[in-house]
This record gives sequence, C-alpha cells and structure tokens, in this order.
Amino acid sequence: MSENGALPHRGKVLTVDTMNANVKKVDYAVRGPIVQRAVQIEKELKEGVKKPFKEVIKANIGDAHAMGQRPITFFRQVMALCTYPQLLDDNKFPEDAKNRARRILQACGGNSIGAYTTSQGIDCVRHDVANYIQRRDGGIPSDPDNIYLTTGASDGIVTILKLLTAGEGRTRTGVMISIPQYPLYSASIAELGAVQVNYYLNEEKCWSLDISELQRSLQAAREHCNPRVLCIINPGNPTGQVQSRQCIEDVIRFAAKENLFLMADEVYQDNVYAEGCEFHSFKKVLFEMGPEYSRTVELASFHSTSKCYMGECGFRGGYMEVINMDPEVKAQLTKLVSVRLCPPAPGQALMDLVVNSPQPGEPSYQSFMKERTAVLSALAEKAKLTEEILNTVPGISCNPVQGAMYSFPRITMPERAINEAKAKGQAPDMFYCMKLLEDTGICLVPGSGFGQRDGTYHFRMTILPPTDKLKIMLNKLKEFHQTFTQQYA
Amino acid sequence: MTENGCEHRERVLTMDTMNPNIKRVEYAVRGPIVQRAVQIERELKMGVNKPFTEVIKANIGDCHAMGQKPITFFRQVLALCSYPDLLEDSKFPEDAKSRAHRILQACGGGSLGAYSTSQGIEMIRQDVARYIERRDGGIACDPDNIYLSTGASDAIVTMLKLLVSGEGMSRTGVMISIPQYPLYSAALAELGAVQISYYLDEDNCWSLDINELRRALQEAKKHCIPRALCIINPGNPTGQVQSRQCIEDVIRFAATENLFLMADEVYQDNVYAEGCKFHSFKKVLFEMGPEYSEKVELASFHSTSKCYMGECGFRGGYMEVVNLDPEVKVQLTKLVSVRLCPPVPGQALLDVVVNPPQPDEPSYDTFIKERSETLATLAEKANMTQEILNQVPGIKCNPVQGAMYTFPCIHLPPKAILEAKEKGQSPDMFYCMKLLEEKGICLVPGSGFGQRDGTYHFRMTILPPKEKLKIVLAKIKEFHQHFTDQYS
Repeated sequence: MSENGALPHRGKVLTVDTMNANVKKVDYAVRGPIVQRAVQIEKELKEGVKKPFKEVIKANIGDAHAMGQRPITFFRQVMALCTYPQLLDDNKFPEDAKNRARRILQACGGNSIGAYTTSQGIDCVRHDVANYIQRRDGGIPSDPDNIYLTTGASDGIVTILKLLTAGEGRTRTGVMISIPQYPLYSASIAELGAVQVNYYLNEEKCWSLDISELQRSLQAAREHCNPRVLCIINPGNPTGQVQSRQCIEDVIRFAAKENLFLMADEVYQDNVYAEGCEFHSFKKVLFEMGPEYSRTVELASFHSTSKCYMGECGFRGGYMEVINMDPEVKAQLTKLVSVRLCPPAPGQALMDLVVNSPQPGEPSYQSFMKERTAVLSALAEKAKLTEEILNTVPGISCNPVQGAMYSFPRITMPERAINEAKAKGQAPDMFYCMKLLEDTGICLVPGSGFGQRDGTYHFRMTILPPTDKLKIMLNKLKEFHQTFTQQYA
Repeated sequence: MTENGCEHRERVLTMDTMNPNIKRVEYAVRGPIVQRAVQIERELKMGVNKPFTEVIKANIGDCHAMGQKPITFFRQVLALCSYPDLLEDSKFPEDAKSRAHRILQACGGGSLGAYSTSQGIEMIRQDVARYIERRDGGIACDPDNIYLSTGASDAIVTMLKLLVSGEGMSRTGVMISIPQYPLYSAALAELGAVQISYYLDEDNCWSLDINELRRALQEAKKHCIPRALCIINPGNPTGQVQSRQCIEDVIRFAATENLFLMADEVYQDNVYAEGCKFHSFKKVLFEMGPEYSEKVELASFHSTSKCYMGECGFRGGYMEVVNLDPEVKVQLTKLVSVRLCPPVPGQALLDVVVNPPQPDEPSYDTFIKERSETLATLAEKANMTQEILNQVPGIKCNPVQGAMYTFPCIHLPPKAILEAKEKGQSPDMFYCMKLLEEKGICLVPGSGFGQRDGTYHFRMTILPPKEKLKIVLAKIKEFHQHFTDQYS
C-alpha cells in the first residue's frame, strides 16, 4: 500500500521479467556497447575532458555521408524539386532533373510526396526498378509486380524472414546465414524465435563460400530444426568478398536440391574493387541456369539506396524482388506490408533516380558520371590502402577488400590479453577494441559482433573516412597493435 | 514431371509452411474493397463504361491525395535540407534557411543522407520535448524519453512487441476499443497476443465507459494476462474527443489494474466540435499528482501524417515514454537500433512541425493562414458530413468531434443481410461493395474496425474537397435509399 493507502503497491507492469523474452536475446553490435562508449567519449571531449586524441573516428558503421562522402548532386536536385515543386519554375535546375521530378509527382496522390503511396510502392517506380534489373541482368525480364519497395533493405529482409518463420521445437524454421554475418540477420532471427544455422566462410580462401561447409551445416541443423532458408550477402558484409559466378551457381544448385528459399542481400552491388571480381546477381545467374532452376528456386533479392555510390542511408530507400513466390503467399506478403501503409515516399523517389539515372545526351550526365566515378574510385583506392597498410602490421592479417565498405582483419591476441578479457567477462576482441577506443579515439566493431571461428579474433572497420584521415587512422591502429602486443607479451 | 521434363517440386514457402500468425492479420483500410477500387480505376482508364467517371477513395486518411496542400514553410525547409545549395537562393525566407541550417548541422556530414542515432536526432528530440512542454502547460518532458519513429505505427508496434510475452493463459492481453484502427488488431494477431475488446458507447457519442473497461478486463483475466490498455484520442474511426474526466478515469483504472497505457494521439490538432478539447494523457497524468505521475507507465504517440500537416508519405512520428523501467528502456533502445534509424526527412519534418514559425518571423503569417484554413475546412466538412448523413433515413451519424472520419450506423434490411451471408460476406462489406460498383465511392465497412454484433457501419473520410464531398454525400444518400428499397 502507498502512504495514503490509495493505490496497491506494485512493481512495474513492463519489466525485464515480463517483457518479450525474444527481444532480450537480440544484439546488434554495429550500434552496441562500444558505440555507446564512443558517444560518451565524444560528449566528454565536448566538455573539455583531456584525452590522448581530439576526436572520435566512427569507423563502426557504413555511413558514407557521415564520413564526408558527398551526395550525388542530380539526386538531391530532383528530391528538392519533388519536395517543393515551386522550384520547377526555377531556371537553376536542369531539365532532366525537372522531368524526373514531374514524372514522380504525377505518380503521387495529389501530386505530393506527402501522400501515402500504395503499400507495394509507387507503380512507376517499381516499373523503373524492373527496367533497371532487366538492363543490369542482360535483358532477363523483371516483372514490376514482383518488386516491393521497402524502408531500406533491412525492412524487406525482416519481412521475408517473418513469412518464413513457422513451426515449433524440432520443426522450427532454421535460417542459414554466413559466419561472419551482418548482425541484422542474427538479431531478426533471435527476435522472431527462429533458429540460426551458421555456415562458416573460408578465411584462408578470401572468405569464399564452400558448398561442403553449407552441406555440413545443413546436416547438423536438420537434427534440431527445419532449415528453410539460405541467406547470402554478396558482396559480403563484414568480409567484403565478391563471390565468383561459379560459387553463385553452386549455391543455387544447393538451394534447389535441398529445398531452401534463397535470400540474396546485394546492397553493395556497385561496390566491387578488386581486379578479376565482378558482381553477378543471383537473379541473373538463376535464369542463366535454365528453367530447371529458374522456374523452381524461390528467391528474394534485396537492394538499397544506403550503399554503393549513393550512400543515402538516412532516406531509408530499398526494394526486394521476389522470384517464384507462391501466389497465395504473395497475397499474404502484400497484405502484411499494407499494415504499415507504405515505405517513405522520399526514399521511393530516391530509388527511382538510382535506377533511372542521367543518360548520355542528358544535361546532367557528365557531372553525374564524374561524381559517381569519383566516389567509387575513392572507395577502391581506400580498400586497397587499407589492406596494404594493415598487412604490414605483425599480428594483423587482412584479406583483400574485394568489395563492400569494410575490412575484417584477423588480429593475433597475446594469451595474457585474452585471459584479462575473459576475467572481465568480455569477448577478447571487445577488450581490444575498447582499449583502442580509449587510447586512440578510433571506434571499430569487434569481430564477436559478427561471428567468427572459435579462437579467432577480428574487428570490422569501415574504409569510409577520407583518404588522409584513413591513413592516419590505419597508422594509429598499427601503433596501437604493436603497443598492445608488447604490453601483453 | 512437368512438360519440359523438369522435376515438379513443392515450394518451400506455402500457405501451409508460412508463419501462421500472418495469415490471421487483416487490415481493412487497404483490404479487399480497396483492391477492387484499384481494379475499377484501371478499368475506367481502359475505357470501360461505368455509372461514374472516377473512383472516390474515401477509405484512407490521406489528406494530400484528396487535394489538401502541404504547408509551404515545411516544404521550403525540407527542400533546403535536401539540396543545401538552395541556402544561397534569395527566394527562400530567412526563417526557413535558419531551420534548415540547424537541422543539417545536427546530421552526420551535414547531410540528410547520413544515418541518425537510432533514437532519432538528439536536437530534434529536444525540440519535441519542448513542444510537449509548451502543449502541456509547462509539465517537464525529458528528451531522453522521446523516440522518433517511422510514423506512429512503427512506435506502436515496437511497444506492443516489448509487451508481448507468456504462453496460453499467461499470454499478454491488450485492451483496445471497439471500434478501433485496425493497426492494433493486425499487430496483435501478428505478435500472437490476445486482443481484449472494450466497446465504446455509440449512444453516448462513442464515449468510453469505465464499467465497460472493467467488464472487458474481468472477462479477459480468465484466459490471458491483460498488460496494456490502448486508447485512441481523438478516436479513429469514431472521431470522439474524450473528456478530461474520462481521461482521468482511464488513468485511474490503469493505475488500479496494473495496465501499461498506450495513448494514440495522432489527431491531437483535429478537434472540431464546440465544447471539445484535446487533453494529452501525459498532461492529465501529471496533473493528477505524484501518486499517479510517478507510477503509471505510459507511451504516447504522435505523427506528421494527420492534423494540419497531412504528410503521410514522409513517415514521421515519435513516442514519449513515461515511467518506463530503466532496464526495459535499454532493451527498447537496443531493439530500435537494429533498424538503424527512422527516415531522416521525416525526422526533419517533425522538427519543423514542433518548431513552426513564431509571431516575429517572416513566414509566420502565411503559416498561420495555411494552418487555420486547413483546420477550418476540416471542421466545416466534419459538420456538413454529420448533418447530411443524419438526413438519410436509415443512417445515423454521431457528431464528428475530431479526427478525419465519420463512422455512421447504417440500417440494413434483413433481405440484404441474408444475401450477404449467403455470399459469405459481412453485411456491411456487401453494402460497401455495391456502393463502390454503383457509385464509384470507396469506403471501409465497419466490420474492418469492429462493432457490436448486429450493428453495421462504414468509415468514410471527410477529406475530399468540400464540393466533391457534397456530391459524395448526396450519392450515398441516393444509394442508401435505393438499396433500402431494393431489399425491402
């Protein structure tokens, strides 16, 4: 009883004991404890606290603009025109930007990007996405009705995983995902109460995918769950490998044989740097393998406006293409996305521009190509630089950054350091990264946040800081590693 | 074997193997009747002859789609944020430029394209907190209790997610009004929580009766653990604006019965009827003193989609959590981090909504003019709708006190009800489908929102432009009379 006897004495309704148990199992390292500490340190620096560094370098997250990458001018011009159509009378904007804005606005309710769109996404944008896919994949048709615009790729990925999660106990849906993986997958699987089925990428072979490892993992999983889906990230996150065409064919063959729904996360499809590497979409390879596969394998492919050369993370633009989906399930999918009404219209508009960029002959073409090329070649340069510098550090071993935006080097940790970490109840690479943060202000994400073979340690670092800053960062990292190794020798 | 000799393979993902909860999800606002409406629009485009020349989509609260104009100032600021080169353009007023500049400074790399923190841009959360304080007569608001979201729907689902636990008889029960906005029923079905329906009182302007809350709760305790009480104020679909007394009673009830309160307040500026006033749950809670304000767990939701903004497509929104267990709050913050952040344009929009032009600023006059016109027009249409519908024998319409909809009760002849049932259709779906086919007017049947057994309703928005709305109402009147005659 409270003091005045009025209300029953009670604990809270919503506590860690009464809350959704699955949510407690969720972890997302990219924005986890180390980032929280980094933010705290930033506040301390602002308040004038003395540190061995002047700024925190947030190399933990694939946020291109935050690290100084510029948006594509043409895209932002069109977005401004869509947002404030009075600008269509302004002669400062090129005609091709205006045409695209008019076309997008005509497709919006009341000609406003403030209207809800259809839940699957603006019709003309889905048509443009389908055309893009068709061009990209050498003419293989894409049906706009198989395109769903989404709130970033994450939204589409979670929606499909949701549909796939069923069963109880031994019949519970198992989801195959690479180790290492982008922790959206492990987080969603935990939240949905599905079963995570790990398959290890081969660090000795540039993080390539081994079908025999897929097989091993699947066999083991069948003993305790019902594996239904195989997720693959290509180009890879955090590992950056660009899978060979042969590998993609093998994965498709494996999925077909083992009755697995394929989920292909292709958000880094333009981020390919290494010579000899090429992006092959799962859709294209599937169809080139002939009807035996292209008419049967169920596939969902995901793309986004957040990466590549656009880096427009904040707009939350994305799409998925579903292939060979059961028509009744597709109706359920359409119904499910309708509950949240629609993805953000600005993100949809932006996606339209990405798949419908300036063409040769259009006024904005030259500067568009210049900007795009500059971004992608800077990234390629930084990918190489990162790999080179890290590989000069004794105790750090870095696979080639073939694509995406990260390096995921392996670090050798002295026994004493590992023990001290364990005594603190910390993953050894978290211990390492925390010290790095406190000593140098560099914020990375420990490999334990992505998964790795037992007894190995890694960190994920973005290649996004501007080249000069990146060089400084890599050298500080080198120094730190050497000091750390000596300290715990 | 199929024709070309390929092995016939059963799909991995079928109706039998998919997530069973999703099969139970329904969302009438975009359900079968809307799908038929879209089909009819295509037919019209292809030149098919119909008794009408256009489909009027009065099914969804989408203001801009129905001709409402965006607020100039908001779009100016957003354009400046999208393409900062425009900051050099003398065509834009200084107050728009200074807001854009301020927002961009709070974004990574000065760009709307950077991810924001998962809880939402800190500066914007501070602005939201100040807005709430001003709105609530000075009652303190902590920016750390504000979570920006992808529309209000996102935050509502997140909170429901946190609340859902237990199994069988200990499964979380969530109280929601009947009629309700079907996001709630859909989310509860998807999460496998137990929906606990409490009936609003149609005979008393859709007001909330504590006795009815009590009845629903008692019943529910037999088969689940009721943990949350959701209330939509102003109401959707019913439009009632709850009295202050009612809000106090609900808070007292939640306190006594250990319920987490969820207050959906997205229509807070849409109040039309004389004598009605919006009282936020937060404000009333705190005015009731520490016995309540220090104990009752409350989450309040707001959005950029309704009110006078109507910016549905931007998916802007926020929630304020009060008295949330600190450990649970950590879990909440962790949960929203997985999706990275809400759309930054929506966050920026929300910032100007809570930080609009002030009396001494250049854009003030225009802003107030646009805002007032929009709200006055809605009030006019609310009144007109109620008046016209109440002239129709067999249609009875409660006052549209607020929000954007009318939810009239329709009398259906027994013959019609029978024919509907034979077709396996809810009688009001049968009615609405006929209305769509004959008049091209798309409404949502009351069965999509919930209603007392044996009663039938439809939800219609008051959003079409006045002249068109008059025509729509006249057509409904015609249709209803014809329908009644046809089935008498």
